[in-house]
Amino acid sequence: MRAKYIIAPPLLLICLTSNAFSEENMNFLSQEKKEFETPIPGGQIIFPKDHGAHTKFRTEWWYLTTNLRGDDGKEYGCQWTLFRHASEPLTRNGWEDRTMWMGHAAITSENKHLYTETLARGGVGQAAVENDPFNAFIDDWSFTALDNNFSKALVTASADDFSYRLHLESTMPFVLQGVAGYSLKSEQGQASYYYSQPFFRVDGELKINKRSVHVVGQGWMDREWSSQILAPDQKGWDWFSLHLSDGSKVMLFRLRGNLTYLSGNWIMPNGDTTALTANEIKLEPLEETKIDRHLVPTRWRVNILSHHLLIETTPLNPNSWMSVSFPYWEGPISFTGTSQGTGYLEMTGY
Amino acid sequence: MKQVFWSLAALLSHWRKHPASLVTLLMGLSIATALWSGVQALNTQARNSYNQAAAIFTQGNSQNIIAQQGGYFNQDLFIRLRRSGAKVSPIIEGRIYLQKKELKIIGVDPITTPKNLSVELVHSLKSSFDLIDKAGKAFISPETLQGLGSKSDDRLKTDRGILLPPLQPLSSVPPGVIITDIGIAQNTLARAGKLSRLVVDQRNNLNSEQVSRLTNNSLRLVAPDDSNDLTRLTDSFHLNLTAFGMLAFVVGFFIVNASVGLAFEQRLPTLRTLRALGAPAYLLVFGMLIEIAAFTLIAGLIGVTGGYLIAQELLPNVAASLEGLYGAQISSRLALDKNWFFSAFAMAGSGALLANTAGLVKTLRLPVLNVAKPIAWREINHGYLRRQALLAFLAIVIAVLTYSLGKNLLSGFAFMACGLLGTAMLLPFILALLLLVGESQSQQPLLRWLFADGRQEIPGLSLALMALLLTLSANIGIGGMVTGFRETFLAWLDERLIAEIYYETATADDARKIEAWAQSDREIDAILPVWRAKTLIENQPVELMGMTFHDTYIRHFPLLSSKENVWENLHSNDSILISEQLARRLNINIDDVLNLPTGDKDWRVTIAGIFPDYGNPKGQIRIDHDRLALHFTDASRTHYSLRVAARSTGSVMARMKAVHGEKIIRIVDQEEVKKISIGIFEKTFMITGALNTLMLIVSAVALFTSLLTLSNLRLRQVAPVWAIGVSRQILAAIELARILIFAAGVALVAIPLGVFITWGLVTIINVIAFGWRLPMHIYPMHWLMVFITSLLTALLASLVPVIQLARSKPIDLLKGFTDAR
Repeated sequence: MRAKYIIAPPLLLICLTSNAFSEENMNFLSQEKKEFETPIPGGQIIFPKDHGAHTKFRTEWWYLTTNLRGDDGKEYGCQWTLFRHASEPLTRNGWEDRTMWMGHAAITSENKHLYTETLARGGVGQAAVENDPFNAFIDDWSFTALDNNFSKALVTASADDFSYRLHLESTMPFVLQGVAGYSLKSEQGQASYYYSQPFFRVDGELKINKRSVHVVGQGWMDREWSSQILAPDQKGWDWFSLHLSDGSKVMLFRLRGNLTYLSGNWIMPNGDTTALTANEIKLEPLEETKIDRHLVPTRWRVNILSHHLLIETTPLNPNSWMSVSFPYWEGPISFTGTSQGTGYLEMTGY
Repeated sequence: MKQVFWSLAALLSHWRKHPASLVTLLMGLSIATALWSGVQALNTQARNSYNQAAAIFTQGNSQNIIAQQGGYFNQDLFIRLRRSGAKVSPIIEGRIYLQKKELKIIGVDPITTPKNLSVELVHSLKSSFDLIDKAGKAFISPETLQGLGSKSDDRLKTDRGILLPPLQPLSSVPPGVIITDIGIAQNTLARAGKLSRLVVDQRNNLNSEQVSRLTNNSLRLVAPDDSNDLTRLTDSFHLNLTAFGMLAFVVGFFIVNASVGLAFEQRLPTLRTLRALGAPAYLLVFGMLIEIAAFTLIAGLIGVTGGYLIAQELLPNVAASLEGLYGAQISSRLALDKNWFFSAFAMAGSGALLANTAGLVKTLRLPVLNVAKPIAWREINHGYLRRQALLAFLAIVIAVLTYSLGKNLLSGFAFMACGLLGTAMLLPFILALLLLVGESQSQQPLLRWLFADGRQEIPGLSLALMALLLTLSANIGIGGMVTGFRETFLAWLDERLIAEIYYETATADDARKIEAWAQSDREIDAILPVWRAKTLIENQPVELMGMTFHDTYIRHFPLLSSKENVWENLHSNDSILISEQLARRLNINIDDVLNLPTGDKDWRVTIAGIFPDYGNPKGQIRIDHDRLALHFTDASRTHYSLRVAARSTGSVMARMKAVHGEKIIRIVDQEEVKKISIGIFEKTFMITGALNTLMLIVSAVALFTSLLTLSNLRLRQVAPVWAIGVSRQILAAIELARILIFAAGVALVAIPLGVFITWGLVTIINVIAFGWRLPMHIYPMHWLMVFITSLLTALLASLVPVIQLARSKPIDLLKGFTDAR
């Protein structure tokens, strides 16, 4: 999963209520909003309809992470995210609309981590997600499908000191996470609808402080929506997306509460999936990095017993801290062990 | 060390012997400081309020984007800019009426408000999730909330019947302003989808070309300074106020100078004795400097307190004046900073130092071995008059120079100040002349003595008399200007406001509906649309108003000058009428051609007439109604006036309200408009009246203190006359008569000087500051009042010294013979 449904409400709320992350805010998130719909087991995901916004759900995001190599021989990572958060399960015209939109974009290299954030209200056209053809945008950033079956897309974002323009391509079908897209997040039943496209090939251009570099690599798109929030005791999470050397993809997450909730998905190169349960996954922090006053585990040992995967992950840049309205760590990683490859790591609540 | 201590003690003992001198000196210094710092406090307060009002948009020097010709623009342009990557935040501003009070409503989008605007206000906006949830919040300054008679969380309806969100007091909101969510503000203003400006995030590197290109020339980027119209518009007003403060300081300074001069004279024997005993000159000067520092400290403290009290007392008047003139809202809670506090001390210190300079220099140069020779009054008189004459001449030369060379407000004030001071400094000569004439005309010895002795008294009193002269002439001058203005204004208002009913609708659509309805109403004789547009000429905002070809204007609309057939010209070709202020600013006249910027290009028009537009800080142009609609497609089409028979006014208005209700934002009859206009006019000059009275009080104090200090010294002059048999009562009466003669002389000089001030204000200051030239009026009845005031002031001021003289003990008079210096 992308545990972002947990991020999105605090991000949006906190940027409106205070600058600091606090437990109090998280508690607020654990209050269920009755008027919204909640994901139910067996709920069907239908394309292309579900690429669009789900206004009956409270929170939703469109997420892309890419592991790239530049013509300059350097490794890069790019992140593009659009969050939607609604105060009521409907849309209205103009400023009366109660939808909030938030975009995050970042470029990470070995020695730089550039990121930015932009906010918008719904109803006036500053940000929205249109479907058929798919087009998610906020300000001048966009994630646009270039054909009807979403096999080609263009992603753009810009900030003062960087911008990027990435062409995505994949003929593989979308991958449903959890049970047919119903992804459980706690023993108490918190869940989301969740699907991914982990097979995007990426070709594009980055601009860092006016210097351009051509890049190619792999991209991972995540789509998730929900109305149920964190379980009351859950304080944060660690999330992995891995591109293995044999073409397999792995998604893992760990939610940190009174009990640790572990889950994941093994995706075969042909797109077939096997759910990973808690007793198959072992995640072990190896090294911590202190960023400001946050102590973040940036090196990990990942062990998936059922698939004989034992790897150690290393961040491209341990200082991949997103100091936005709701601060978190997000950056490209590489790993070695029984398999080699790259991926992305996201950690919140540190 | 001992020597230092005892020298200082000897110097300071003077004040123990002459406590009245000490009180006078401190009082003069305190008053001068108080008046000056009071006026400065008012200026600071007003400027802070403008800045606070502007800070919402220009905090941290943010640039703003506004419509090419001002006014509202479509929200789509905001979206277009955001979608092009420009980090801009939308704002809508407008006026609403709450319980008949006009307030400014500002709608903001807290989500996109730039981070560099992180003042308390924006923080509060952001922290209020309520703002965009449920009913939202309407932030208002606590005093405005109180002024509405409401409390926190009250929900008020605008006079158009729109319910506002719960009111929330917040001290960082400027007075007279309501800040709320942009969507709520748009609905309240009936301007859905419209914006009035965009604030640019500082991180953005937007330039003018980009903005023009991205918006097809609909919007333009303005520098932070440009968007603060209020500061620019009110500059002249504050310069006027500062001039008043300076005048008041000069008057106060005259008191200080008089008492310091006398104190020095009194202390001269002590100084000489100390020097003879071996105290070095620099030690004495050092002692006197310490003295000055002490005076500064004490007078500074009293002055600051006094200034604060004065400012607090005058603030409502200033606020009323500024609101009347510019619609500017000033916070009525005085908030002062340390700069103001220290500048008051600096003013007190420099005043004390300046007044003492002559004394300090004399002390340094004091010849030790010279026998202490008595200084006869006539002797001082001589040198004093010569110096004064030179200064007067210099001031008048500067006045003439500034008049012929300067063209701005500052040189206008310099001209008036120099003319005023020059004339004031000539006062002793004029008085001496008057006394000389009196002396030569009288046969009786006692009368001759009265005049002769009066001339000797002039130097001691001249500063106080000059202060009185300045005050009286300011009174005549400013009073003449204000009264003249009022007469002109009222006559102009009668002609300008001819229509019986004035109304504004919510939307152009509403206006059309009401227009159609009015055409079928038998009691309505004519419907006169007064559509409005805005443009910029030479970067200054200009209002455009449409006029139909109607008798109402042809017969009544006041014009200062015009072409022949001005009305035919206006409606049949590209001609315009231009307001006096704008014509002056652009330096154009009848038949001149002007390129008027319209939506996309310039429109060449000819000036057909110039009309007076008193009290309007903005330039105004009147054009034919149809041409306005043609060239300014974005004109607001919501203002109208109606001609009806006077007796039908009430019934037509009632019918309109009943039939059209919420379509009408505001409807008033002619009487009401006049009442409002006159109210604004009266408010405009409130501060003038208050300052005039204050200055009169100060100059009375100056005269009183001078007379009091003199009375002791005068005993020496009076003693011989008493010794030859003139009773103390008669001497006192003569003393009183002499002072009244002085006062009458001062009043006589004050009249031409006052006329000079009126003339200067009407033909120079007003024209530069406000752009309108009023006809010059003179008011002899007012002069008579001033004459009487002068005599009364002198009478009041001399009462105590004269009674003292009448009751003085023979022993004191006898002392006059022994107290030889």
